[in-house]
Amino acid sequence: MNLLGKLSWSAIPFDQPIVMGASGGMILGIVFVLGLVTLKGYVPYLWREWITSVDHKRIGVMYLVLAMLMLLRGFSDAIMMRAQLAVAAGGAQGYLPPEHFDQIFSAHGTIMIFFVAMPLVIGLMNFAVPLQLGIRDMAFPTLNSVSLGLTASGILLTNVSLFIGEFAKTGWVAYPPLSELQFSPGVGVDYYLWSLQISGVGTLLTGINFVTTILKTRAPGMSYMRMPVFCWTALASNLLIVAAFPVLTAALSMLLLDRYLDFHFFSVDAGGNAMMYVNLFWVWGHPEVYILVLPAFGIYSEVSATFSGKPLFGYRSMVAATMVICVLAYTVWLHHFFTMGASANVNAFFGVASMIIAVPTGVKIFNWLFTMYGGRVRFTVPVLWTIGFMVTFVLGGLTGILLAVPPVDWQMHNSVFLVAHFHHVIIPGVVFAAFAGYTYWFPKAFGFKLDERWGRRAFWCWFIGFHVAFMPLYVLGLMGMTRRLQHYDVLAWHPWLLVAAAGVAIIFAGIVCQIVQLVVSIGAREELRDVTGDPWNGRTLEWSTASPPPAWNFAVLPRVAERDAYWTMKRLARAKQGEPAQAREYSAIELPNSSAIGLVTAFFAVVGGFALIWHIWWMAAFGVFGAFVALIVFAFRDEDEVEIPAERIGQFERMHKAEVTL
Amino acid sequence: MTDTHYDRAPGDISISADADRRTPPDVGIYTIGLALAVILTATSFWVANTSLLWPPGVALGLVVLAIAQMGVHLVFFLHITTGPDNTNNVLALAFGVLIVLLVVIGSLVIMTNLNDSMMPPSELMNLHMQH
Amino acid sequence: MNIAAVIEEAEVHHDTASNAGEAGPAPKRIVVAYGFWIFLLSDIVMFSALFAAYAVLARATAGGPGGAELFNQTSVAIETACLLASSYSCGLMALAIGSRRRGGTYLFALVTFVLGAAFLALELREFSDMIARGATPQSSAFLSAFFTLVGCHGLHVTAGLIWLAVMMAQLAIKGLRANVERRLICFSLFWHALDIVWVWLFTVVYLMGVHA
Repeated sequence: MNLLGKLSWSAIPFDQPIVMGASGGMILGIVFVLGLVTLKGYVPYLWREWITSVDHKRIGVMYLVLAMLMLLRGFSDAIMMRAQLAVAAGGAQGYLPPEHFDQIFSAHGTIMIFFVAMPLVIGLMNFAVPLQLGIRDMAFPTLNSVSLGLTASGILLTNVSLFIGEFAKTGWVAYPPLSELQFSPGVGVDYYLWSLQISGVGTLLTGINFVTTILKTRAPGMSYMRMPVFCWTALASNLLIVAAFPVLTAALSMLLLDRYLDFHFFSVDAGGNAMMYVNLFWVWGHPEVYILVLPAFGIYSEVSATFSGKPLFGYRSMVAATMVICVLAYTVWLHHFFTMGASANVNAFFGVASMIIAVPTGVKIFNWLFTMYGGRVRFTVPVLWTIGFMVTFVLGGLTGILLAVPPVDWQMHNSVFLVAHFHHVIIPGVVFAAFAGYTYWFPKAFGFKLDERWGRRAFWCWFIGFHVAFMPLYVLGLMGMTRRLQHYDVLAWHPWLLVAAAGVAIIFAGIVCQIVQLVVSIGAREELRDVTGDPWNGRTLEWSTASPPPAWNFAVLPRVAERDAYWTMKRLARAKQGEPAQAREYSAIELPNSSAIGLVTAFFAVVGGFALIWHIWWMAAFGVFGAFVALIVFAFRDEDEVEIPAERIGQFERMHKAEVTL
Repeated sequence: MTDTHYDRAPGDISISADADRRTPPDVGIYTIGLALAVILTATSFWVANTSLLWPPGVALGLVVLAIAQMGVHLVFFLHITTGPDNTNNVLALAFGVLIVLLVVIGSLVIMTNLNDSMMPPSELMNLHMQH
Repeated sequence: MNIAAVIEEAEVHHDTASNAGEAGPAPKRIVVAYGFWIFLLSDIVMFSALFAAYAVLARATAGGPGGAELFNQTSVAIETACLLASSYSCGLMALAIGSRRRGGTYLFALVTFVLGAAFLALELREFSDMIARGATPQSSAFLSAFFTLVGCHGLHVTAGLIWLAVMMAQLAIKGLRANVERRLICFSLFWHALDIVWVWLFTVVYLMGVHA
């Protein structure tokens, strides 16, 4: 019995210079950062305040850091693909052999959806939702930390695949029979499957956490119709997580059973049905895009209301539209496989449903427009991202309506027209929203604003770069270019692909601007300092705390009387100005204890996942057993809360009197 | 601060601290549930094995009995009621049931439809055989 | 501008809280149980995907044996009786916990455990019999789906038994503290939900399988 399963030195791709270069760079970068952190003595601080933290604000920031790092990796995949297609015209083979190119487009999709978009959205929800609800933390703070750890495990495993072994070559959806052992005998698909299963558990736990928090732990007086719209969209998104992710778990488990134990769910023989994977995958896959876009819509609602100085137009219809989208998201999934051979009636039903689901989204667009109309709009960077979204997303959505017509889809399916469509909705929809939310809530998280000028430059580079990169793909799709091509013979496509490559370069400039923005802002943080806790004249409760808020968020839980709770409080306070301030009585607050269980779980998940990928059975057993023991040890802990004494709370409140408004 | 202004936890027949004269939950409710469940289960087995029923009706009968058994579990063991303090629990359950129906029925309809469009297995084997 | 003077203390006033959403964060017992309820619903959705796969593949026997040839109704009936009885004893355990009777809690936990273990033993024997007869999960898509669906339920039962054992250890060591009681509530939710899943399993897989 080979002690190391399938693992051997040949797993490291010494013969592929690009991979070795990328891996080397990544490892050097990690070693450098870890070394710097250790030498400067930051480890105890990082351990105490971040790694073992169960505070939703810290966890939210960590999700965003992971997401932004993975954005760099996913984007470099994009650069490589566009560069390859810019040169591989006619007889030229380009610089990326097919086996490598296939891994790149698979990794690009997997990373962007699971390890960039999801953590961006989950991170922003983590940071903002408890503050907006007027509470101290999520319903299950330690579980929150475990979710983060499991997501990080999935990310680590996917990155390890770069230099130990390979990644899947099947595309990010991994359809059988290609993803079955027979046609993908390497470890690539296994890396994909285990990374997603592990991080999927983390995401499901996040979903449970948010649903419980929003439904059961809001501040006193905050009835459902007084919740900020971002919290409504967070609720809808997390209900979808709870409803959809188990189906992905089941589908991927069936594929794993086929690959590991020779089962026949999707095999070509013994009665297997590969189409069923496609069906079950997209039962998850369509709700997934709504999981991503609904919180993004929530961010746009917050931003447009705040910077127009008006309440959001049509709150009730926004809420209704959100919940309708939540339910309808589960009725359209077949439009991802119109061409798989269902009858015209079935295709027609799902085609019509796909058009109907655009209606509530249209309601939202009108509501945002009417929010801004008649308001005193301040064109800050978040507002630029919002307007850029509105202009771009509507067009992208229209191409979606086109594709919802089955006969049209039969022409366009799996062409780059489709690739253009989904980037046309997800980039303005989710990515722009994440950037808007990042800029909007950054001062709350760190106590100083981001530099406006570099933010504007970043926006314009992204906005222009996006259009230059993706509009040619519509033309190419109509000219017949298929997706996932490593090289092509039709020379007429070449100029369009050159334009697309130029677009990617412009987006790259945008990303550089964002990095510069962060560096410049940190350097100028004293000038950019937020001293009032309310840098944007906000409407919701997070702006009533200090920047950054203390661990307990609110010394006294706010009593909510109306929608836009903070705006109401400010108005009342102006009315009562001149009255003597009353002395406040603070009582001690109990906060959940920090815990290393998130990191420990992540460790055993990585060990177990890696072992399962390489068939190192003893190590896999160790990973599973270790996780179990860690859970038992955690379950028996006696100290699960720490008490913050009233004096410390009073001291903080007095020090931050200008910022704290409760 | 009492529990009366909050929803009930799922599975709880909790008594609020200020409830007066409310009879505590007892063995009776579980025993009734067990008895009903036994009757329904036995009926299911009978329905599946008897020749007295019209064959296509057997599947429907089994489903109806399964739904009834699920109801017995929900009401007598999990104490799900339609009271206002249970609304969140019922709504969550309803959402779950909706998703289950969409997944199962949707998948069955789609897969049956797709399979109907597939070549018959015998012809598929012929194609396989031809190199 | 001191807005602090304006805001009232966040005490719950019985007279002003008109509906459950207005009273502020719910007590931990409710929050934990509701969170677990949501988890159970997600688990049920996962089972439904496995059910869907089973239903699609139920006829894909690849020329091999189908349900009618393989399923033993007597064994299934006894398994059902064991699980149903264990659900009942779990309910009695919940009553004992509610009335703070430690002895009753241990007793009914033991009964639940034994009945659950009996269920598993019978199921394992059923599986090994099928495999001995050549009806392995590798033989056909139908058998892959069957073993996965029923096996997944069995894995959940196994996890439940381990959980119950750990809970009894916790009860012995820590006593009936608030968090121990909350976890026991979650366990009984889990156990009853497993019985509900079994109702659908034996109806759809075994009874309909045998009938067809």
